[in-house]
Amino acid sequence: MATIHLVINGHTFPVEADPQASLLMVLREQLDLTGSKYGCGEGQCGACTVLVDGRAQRSCITKVGTVAQKEIITIEGVASGGQLHPVQEAFLEAGALQCGYCTSGMIMSAVALLKRNPNPTAKNIVDFMDGNICRCGTYPRIVNAIQKAAKVMTEPAAGKAVGR
Amino acid sequence: MSGNPFETTFETTNEEQYTHDRLEREPERYELTAAAPYRFDLDRRQFFKFLGAGVVVVSVLKAAVAAQESGGARRERGDSLPKEIDSWLHIGEDGRVTVYTGKAEMGQNIRTSLTQAVAEELQVPMEKIEMVMGDTQLTPFDMGTFGSRTTPTMNLQLRKVAAAARDVLIGLAAAQWNVDRQRLVAADGMVTDPQTRRSVEYAALTKGTQLTASLPAEDPLIPATNWKVAGLSAPKVDGRDFVTGKHRYPSDQKLPDMLYGEVLRPPTFGATLLSLDSQRAERMGATVVRDGNFVGVAGASSASAAEAVAALRAEWKSDPQPSNKELFDYLRKNAVQGKDPSGDGDRYDAGSVDSALASADHRLQKTYTVAYIAHVPLEPRAALAKWDGDNLTVWTGTQRPFGVRGQLAEAFRIPEERVRVLMPDTGSGYGGKHTGETAIEAARLARAAKRPVKVVWTREEEFSWAYFRPAGVIDVTSGVRGDGTITAWEFHNYNSGSAGIRTYYAIPNQRIVFHETQSPLRQGSYRALAATANHFARESHMDELAYTLKMDPLEFRLKNLKDERLRAVFEAAAKQFGWGKKAAPGQGFGMGGGYEKLGNIATFAEVNVDRKSGEVKVVRVVSAFECGAIVNPDNLRNQIEGSNVQGLGGALFEAIEFENGKILNGRMSQYRVPRFSDVPVLETVLLDRKDIPSVGAGECPMIGLAPAIANAIFDATGVRLRSLPLVPEGLKAS
Repeated sequence: MATIHLVINGHTFPVEADPQASLLMVLREQLDLTGSKYGCGEGQCGACTVLVDGRAQRSCITKVGTVAQKEIITIEGVASGGQLHPVQEAFLEAGALQCGYCTSGMIMSAVALLKRNPNPTAKNIVDFMDGNICRCGTYPRIVNAIQKAAKVMTEPAAGKAVGR
Repeated sequence: MSGNPFETTFETTNEEQYTHDRLEREPERYELTAAAPYRFDLDRRQFFKFLGAGVVVVSVLKAAVAAQESGGARRERGDSLPKEIDSWLHIGEDGRVTVYTGKAEMGQNIRTSLTQAVAEELQVPMEKIEMVMGDTQLTPFDMGTFGSRTTPTMNLQLRKVAAAARDVLIGLAAAQWNVDRQRLVAADGMVTDPQTRRSVEYAALTKGTQLTASLPAEDPLIPATNWKVAGLSAPKVDGRDFVTGKHRYPSDQKLPDMLYGEVLRPPTFGATLLSLDSQRAERMGATVVRDGNFVGVAGASSASAAEAVAALRAEWKSDPQPSNKELFDYLRKNAVQGKDPSGDGDRYDAGSVDSALASADHRLQKTYTVAYIAHVPLEPRAALAKWDGDNLTVWTGTQRPFGVRGQLAEAFRIPEERVRVLMPDTGSGYGGKHTGETAIEAARLARAAKRPVKVVWTREEEFSWAYFRPAGVIDVTSGVRGDGTITAWEFHNYNSGSAGIRTYYAIPNQRIVFHETQSPLRQGSYRALAATANHFARESHMDELAYTLKMDPLEFRLKNLKDERLRAVFEAAAKQFGWGKKAAPGQGFGMGGGYEKLGNIATFAEVNVDRKSGEVKVVRVVSAFECGAIVNPDNLRNQIEGSNVQGLGGALFEAIEFENGKILNGRMSQYRVPRFSDVPVLETVLLDRKDIPSVGAGECPMIGLAPAIANAIFDATGVRLRSLPLVPEGLKAS
């Protein structure tokens, strides 16, 4: 056990944890941030995806000791001040979910993709998102949602907050 | 629920009886009649404590959950559905509407579609309606959310209840104004008198009232052609909670002082525990429970519980078991006599198959097989259990909250009245969450630990200790005349089930038999049940016959198809697909379709096969679907697309491998499910039949895909594949 300082959604949390413990379990069990989901425990399904210094990372296979002091964003930190992130808005508009259990991870991966590539083609999206599983099969809608979000976020006079 | 200002009651509908009858005929719902997973040793005196003094005859050996299928110990399997219903809809003094239904939400979006139905009939905005779902204490009994029954039954029931409520409100306003109720109109949460232009809000009418009403006999429903809310693509009612991570699924539930539970799994299926050394685990501070074959621990975190389980030293006795290499022989060898599918059993006969086969111009006999597959719900099974004295509350992800209540009551030998099961909207089920293993495990650990305990299965546990879609062997023998008329049809299904086993092609001589057999693995319901296997065999065989006759597969089907609704979907899909165009080298086109759960589907597929690499790519899928009057078109498209994407896995590459009581590929990294890159272009044609009652859509759209792909692969290559999955390792290896 050690005291690890985690910077999550802009706040610093000192947690008592085994540095080898998974970030996902620390988020869910110690910080009650349950938006990040357990799906497979081996980085295969993407339901646990969070951003670490802006990059998509599978929190179930991320040792909590390796992300001390790094900037972690979880699904709970994507909207700002009650304003949904354009990716969140786009998922709702496109009806890009059924049970929604994969949705947090999908949105986190999509946010990471759009940071790296603001104008992705459908193929770019499929390639980047292929590590995220939606067992309900809403993939075409998710591609559509990401394209919608990209459009909103790159519009010069969007007039809306465009998230972090 | 007595004392509520507004209540309605109603009688069991014919639809429910229909459902019940259907379920009695779907033997592949094996999990509903399986033996109880655990048998705990309880002090016999506690029976009397829980049940009251007197004479108790305990039939402990009774085959367990059978009674729960129809709602618990009070009702025996085979009884008609319960007629007493507590409460369905409540309008509060503030005008807010609360609807109670035992149905459960796991991604089908019924929370939204049922809200639409109530909004339509009651004439209130959707945001004024709250659905209370799947809570055994608050909601009326419900058999479970499966069999595509929510839309044809619950949607209709709630519409009737809401219409009756609207009628009561109009009556209240009429009495208040002393006018004829006929001239009053309900709209937008208000009753209005168009003559005087007076209006009164529902809230003003319900304030201070205590009224109950039964459903009127006449049918006051708004016809689908006049729907304003139902019939539209309403967005998910609580969608915002899902995209922000705020929604708490069963696995996200938490209580103060809660512990995390882990179960020690046997090395093989059916193993018996011989000895257990738990000293190290106990020294680590964990609560260890050994009760019969059950061994579990509860610890302060999931990590500490997992460490404690790892510290247990157990000795098990295992018996040798079959492997998937010998599966299909095993299923045949262990078959029992087939029964009649049209009545009590699983057999259907018409005309004389043997003489029709003897006189046919062409005969064809082929065998088709399907593998066991796993549901892989992205949220694994999860439950949080809490004891309050002798009362048990469990939050769990199940499609049958009332069934799980019965399982818990039986496991702990307590009356059902002391058990409350709540189902938070869950991370999918697909037929895989009908049983209450995690609920029982969490409750057993919580009782020992005297604190709430949550159990969330690991993905590996999901793959090994849930139940599978049944594997099956299907033999088809057919006879046709040279002009393309099918004269004889013999169809034997071993193990996979009888859903969709009957043919919809007009054939005078038929022998159709479902053969129950021994299954090496635990098996049960899976989205669309055996309709997937039976349609795969039937629609593949239809293609083989067309090829034998050198007839166009569409023309051959239509020649033998009298059902107008089914013809309509085949024709609509063919048109959208552009059937009849010539395939390029490596390209192939195929179709499959049918009728299941009252819906009609035709699916056309285009594949590309790279003969060098053996890679098979499904490029495009066109589905035409008809399920009566459409309730929510966008959600319907979503369900059809999802059925096709999920169906791709079972069609192309999903299969459970096992050997001697162990699953060999029970991890996400070893069991391939469809991903973004597997998804073809999906085109959906909806036939909206406003003159036909709405039926469900979560299952039927899946059944045409596998044969459409198999037939397209044949078209591309001349290679006929008769086993699902079709190409687990590409075409060359298969």
